[in-house]
Amino acid sequence: MNVHEYQAKELMKEFGIGLLKGGVATTPEQAEKVAKDLGGNIWVVKAQIHAGGRGKGGGVKLAKSLEEVKQYANEIIGMTLVTHQTGPEGKKVNQVLIEQGCDIDHEYYVGIVLDRNTSKVTMMASREGGVEIEKVAAETPDKIIKVAIDPAVGFTSFVGRKLGFSIGLEGDTLKKAIKFFEGLYNLYVNKDCSIAEINPMVTTKSGDVIALDAKLNFDDNALFRHPDVEKLRDETEESAQELEAGKFGLSYISLDGNIGCLVNGAGLAMATLDILKLYGGEPANFLDVGGGATKETVQKAFSIILEDENVKAIMVNIFGGIMKCDIIAEGVVAAARELELKVPLVVRLEGTNVEIGKKILNESGLQIIAADGLKDAAEKAVAAAKGA
Amino acid sequence: MAILVGRDTKLITVGLTGKQGTFHTLQSRDYGTNVVGGVTPGKGGIKHEGIPVFNSVFQCVNETAANAAMIMVPPPFAADSILECIDSGIDLIIAITEGIPIIDMVRVKAALKGSNSRLIGPNCPGVITPGECKIGIMPGHIHMPGNVGVISRSGTLTYEAVYQLTQREIGQSTCVGIGGDPVNGTNFIDCLELFEADKDTEAIIMIGEIGGSAETDAARWIKENSSKPVVSFIAGAAAPKGKRMGHAGAIISGGDDTAEAKFKVLEECGVTVARSPAELGEKVAEVLK
Repeated sequence: MNVHEYQAKELMKEFGIGLLKGGVATTPEQAEKVAKDLGGNIWVVKAQIHAGGRGKGGGVKLAKSLEEVKQYANEIIGMTLVTHQTGPEGKKVNQVLIEQGCDIDHEYYVGIVLDRNTSKVTMMASREGGVEIEKVAAETPDKIIKVAIDPAVGFTSFVGRKLGFSIGLEGDTLKKAIKFFEGLYNLYVNKDCSIAEINPMVTTKSGDVIALDAKLNFDDNALFRHPDVEKLRDETEESAQELEAGKFGLSYISLDGNIGCLVNGAGLAMATLDILKLYGGEPANFLDVGGGATKETVQKAFSIILEDENVKAIMVNIFGGIMKCDIIAEGVVAAARELELKVPLVVRLEGTNVEIGKKILNESGLQIIAADGLKDAAEKAVAAAKGA
Repeated sequence: MAILVGRDTKLITVGLTGKQGTFHTLQSRDYGTNVVGGVTPGKGGIKHEGIPVFNSVFQCVNETAANAAMIMVPPPFAADSILECIDSGIDLIIAITEGIPIIDMVRVKAALKGSNSRLIGPNCPGVITPGECKIGIMPGHIHMPGNVGVISRSGTLTYEAVYQLTQREIGQSTCVGIGGDPVNGTNFIDCLELFEADKDTEAIIMIGEIGGSAETDAARWIKENSSKPVVSFIAGAAAPKGKRMGHAGAIISGGDDTAEAKFKVLEECGVTVARSPAELGEKVAEVLK
């Protein structure tokens, strides 16, 4: 799960990480008031969407008066911001964060991720902050310092010193940076993050260490123990169909093609998209009904697939293990009747209770194209989508 | 001989008395697995479907001399159950549970180091040595005893591969689901080493996914160490970048973890690549000729 920058910073405050004073606004008037309350004579107005690259897209402005704060907030709130992470359709901005300006001395990068090779949480830092870190990683990987942290030991001072000295910090600033790193590590572990990225972390001319930007992602599987994080979910930032599917235990991702897919298991669902493409088809979605699907969830899966108007054919590919083929078949029949299915339906069933499942489909009187094996199913689905 | 599980396996199920735990333990027992006990805290002392239940893994292992455990515990408590099994010194732990928090698995992984236990999974279908022992949720009847080792990150896609083999009357030595999570107990290379040493295994199918470098690391290991032919498929060639495809581990983050990049390295390392998941059985038949 993703959160907004201002929400990330509220969590970071709890962990003692250096931040600028700021506040959120949903109207230009509010923005002006926030800036006035913050005081000072320079402010940054930042669009709040779940995507990076906001500055380049015109979503971050430096204001030198309260009038400018109001003016920029007016421009940004309600705009559709297009960045390299939003896709061409962009994202609508509903709120802005207003922060005090600061006197930047240097910009650094700090990040925490899971390193899959070592199965350890790994902290990274670089002197090359404020730029695309992927580019630094590709071109000059030795400019990113990494420390893998032993979960039994946790963060210790040497981790902070290793990172801090490597990026050229010293004296009082180094001490503040170590505290910063420790806070970020504790946040990552205690709140079950999957990514924590501060780009840039800055040192100021007055010697402070501050998170200018903040990106936190959270492990969906751990949200059950963090109601405070779950509360931060902004449903307007997520695909309505994917959210709806999630409520029924379905894993759904919309794609650009015209063949709707209903599969059990993530691996087989991916393989189904692959084989459709190999035979010249274009899948309209990824959909894993999971192992615990019922007749009702299969019906729901059909209605979600059919909400996509591009769908010209549907391919059902089930290999019953935990999932029993007769349950899928009942769901398919019920859905086809209830939704008055008009597009061709190709069904491939195999595994547990396959004979009962096939019987249910045969006796339903529905126009179902039965397929034998993965290849046959893909060929028939591609042909059906082209013929429609 | 096969690997990991066989006739000598004595299985306990942690989370036995739950609905899923009961169903799949009985399916495993029906297949011929020697189920010696189960654990559900607070229900110790009863018999569940004829299986003695204990309050703790420690008691259960002490009484039954079990050497394998199947974890069928809900995700919030699953890591704790795995740690309990490690503490009891049990040889093989197979975690079926899907959705365990990653930080929990990072701790489990650290606890496994220096222990006597091997963990398979989590988020996996389990392990089966056809005709001898089944631990997990895979449909037993699609398997047949034979000489092809199967290793996979996926569940149903493994069934697909096994089914294609069995249809061609090509049997399997052991099928191992290593799971779809970013942190797992046993990786491809661990299984390849076991299959390399197993005289009953003549060829290997390795089914991978987009995301991470487990398959490319395995490919390099194969080039250096494997005397047996390996056939491989990577799921997710059609997956868009940055979208998590169901499995927590199946997300393309950099450029070198796409299906195409993995296929390329596999081919360079002498692995027989199946570009279509429908070709797995056919390709194995070819390498066995």
